[in-house]
Amino acid sequence: MIPETGLAALWLAAALSLLGLFLSVGHVRGMLDAERAVRALAIVQGLLCLFAFLALLIVFARTDLSVALVFENSHSAKPFIYKVAGAWGNHEGSMLLWVTVLGLSGAALSAMSRQLPPRTLIAALGAQAALALGFHAFLLFASNPFARLSPAPVEGRGLNPLLQDPGLAFHPPTLYLGYVGLSVAFSIAVGAMLAGDVDRRLARAMRPWVLGAWIFLTLGITAGSYWAYYELGWGGWWFWDPVENASLMPWLAATALLHSVAVLAARDALKAWTMMLAVIAFSMSMVGTFLVRSGVLTSVHAFAVDPTRGAFILALLGVYVTAAFVLFAVRAGTLREGAPFELVSREAGIVVNNLLLTVILGVVFIGTLYPLLAEALSGEKLSVGAPYFNAVAGPLAILLGLLLAVGPLLGWRREKRPIAPKLTVPGLFAACTLVIAFLGLPDASILSKLGLALAAGLLPAAILPLIGRNPLRAPLATWGMAIAHLGAAVSVGGMAADSSLTTEKLTAARPGETVDVGPWLVKFQGVNPVAGPNWTAVEAELRASRGGGVHVLRPQSRFFTSPPTETNEAAIQTLLAGQLYTVLGPSDDEGRYQLRLWWKPMVTLIWFGGAMVAFGGLLAMLGHTRRAWRKRKAVAE
Amino acid sequence: MIGRPKHQRLVLVAVAAVAVLGAVLLAMWGLKDRAAYFYTPADIVAGKASVGKAMRIGGMVEKGSVKRDADGVTTHFMVEDGDGRVLVTYRGILPDLFREGSGVVAEGKLAPDDTFVADNILAKHDERYMPPQLGNQAAEHKAGRTLRQ
Repeated sequence: MIPETGLAALWLAAALSLLGLFLSVGHVRGMLDAERAVRALAIVQGLLCLFAFLALLIVFARTDLSVALVFENSHSAKPFIYKVAGAWGNHEGSMLLWVTVLGLSGAALSAMSRQLPPRTLIAALGAQAALALGFHAFLLFASNPFARLSPAPVEGRGLNPLLQDPGLAFHPPTLYLGYVGLSVAFSIAVGAMLAGDVDRRLARAMRPWVLGAWIFLTLGITAGSYWAYYELGWGGWWFWDPVENASLMPWLAATALLHSVAVLAARDALKAWTMMLAVIAFSMSMVGTFLVRSGVLTSVHAFAVDPTRGAFILALLGVYVTAAFVLFAVRAGTLREGAPFELVSREAGIVVNNLLLTVILGVVFIGTLYPLLAEALSGEKLSVGAPYFNAVAGPLAILLGLLLAVGPLLGWRREKRPIAPKLTVPGLFAACTLVIAFLGLPDASILSKLGLALAAGLLPAAILPLIGRNPLRAPLATWGMAIAHLGAAVSVGGMAADSSLTTEKLTAARPGETVDVGPWLVKFQGVNPVAGPNWTAVEAELRASRGGGVHVLRPQSRFFTSPPTETNEAAIQTLLAGQLYTVLGPSDDEGRYQLRLWWKPMVTLIWFGGAMVAFGGLLAMLGHTRRAWRKRKAVAE
Repeated sequence: MIGRPKHQRLVLVAVAAVAVLGAVLLAMWGLKDRAAYFYTPADIVAGKASVGKAMRIGGMVEKGSVKRDADGVTTHFMVEDGDGRVLVTYRGILPDLFREGSGVVAEGKLAPDDTFVADNILAKHDERYMPPQLGNQAAEHKAGRTLRQ
């Protein structure tokens, strides 16, 4: 009964979103007064989606094998946490999660955005209902998660062991909160264009949604990068895999949007520009969904190999993006001109930030889609990887980093004071690091040397906005900005350090032998058999030392029974100075085991910096929310 | 000064257009010699691939062809597709799902002696997963027509 109830909830939710769409169109055109009905429908629709998702969780938790999806992706012998997480570790379940987040976003928009003008809010809820309707149709007609099997099989096929990892439990939901959270910015932009009301108030209503989605995207990308790093056992943290790009593209657009929405909120400038970015940001979320869910990619993430699904998502994407762009083209001219600013000003700095981010987005977008396009048009098969992305996006990212040092020091509208003196210390830091890198790291790439210098300069530069004033009295949002920028510097430093300072050793060793990697001596003690709930493994014991104490690392080669698969479990020792990363390969006839060892100085900074960026975003969001709340309270009194 | 208010919007539209155009040109420049094309062993045998350029080859690992050097970490194997076979050399730990008789994609460069030096090996990830390139080939073989995913 539970699957049928879930399916019924989905149909009902779809019907309500259709009704909500009609009512909001009627309301916006002035034919009827449906404000309360549209708002209530958005909330009920969101709750019905949540209900359907909970039904799927129960079906997976109980391993109800009469449901086709459970049979294909689960197994009764799986640990409980992965049974539940398995609900969204497949195509249908993850689309249901997507739709649920979309529905709940609409509900939250309806319940919380009281500062929006009513007409704009109802138009935005109509846009949100239109989005929900399309993705409900996709779910119900092309990806039904509740389809039954008759008769029910005795045992399920199991979940890909690569996906049986705690990272999986949180990675997709976090990313989806980011992806789909941007739908609200999209809907608010569409609503504002329809109602013709783009002003500072709108920007202040939109900003928490952009910041919230951006925080989740940042966390999702950071966590996904770390997951790939320790789970795949390749020692890399970013592969320019299309699926990674699928999450990077909305992040780039959302980063641009969150800066331009700040200009709109503070200065009433960049109106059409900000609305455009809001449309682009969610379009990138849909492009990402298309890439991941249509099965067009060569990737571990690509579950679906059903061409109708790809065509369906592509059609949805085409309809929504075209409609939004047409609306933009028709209405952009009617917006009032924004407040003027000069060439040297905070606004101009943010325009350049937006342009750089847009160009990076453009080259990542083209590089990611070019292989698909080339194959569709000429049948030619090719792949675009790190050499392309590093060469075209790397230098742009360095420029963006330079701008990050300067931009926050500029005043709004017009900066008359010279800012170069303030940047003496960061400049010295960067110059010294660059000289040291060129002398000490002859083998490192130019890009990684520049990255090290940039990080060294940005560390002091990022906190400059807090200096020269009492830091405790600086607004929370300013703290947020400084911490996020500092996090970016830390992360860039980690990336550059990883690519320039890492040492690697690949060898075949017999038990008892000692291998050196970087400053470490690693003794291979031997191998032991170990077993887990649904796997057995060969586990190596490695004793690593460099002068002081000994660290024991135990990398494994695991064998899963259902489905039958092997995976490498890397063993990683995290130290203050970096990480020692070890992988155990297969043995040969002479009793030797392949060992791959890396010493990666400062590599953890990559993800620590990412977490700082997200935390900075959170502080900014709290700061803005608190200020808006105080203002409302003051008005009420 | 970015012009008077009336002109400011025009200036912004212009710089945005230049940025988009710049992105397209930059991407085209980057793709020109950094895209790795996909070849089958038959293509390599027919001399369609050029030596020294980054590329991918895909096919099946020939049964009984996997050999390992004395250093214990360099592996040689044949990749075949029914119409041709290519010797691949790879230094590193092979992926978990690398098997004789199973699908594989190798990234790397073609050496002057027409052997392939791989710096990355991708194997299919589980029994349901297949790289689209191989999926297409299998489908083409089966159905005798081109299927596009």
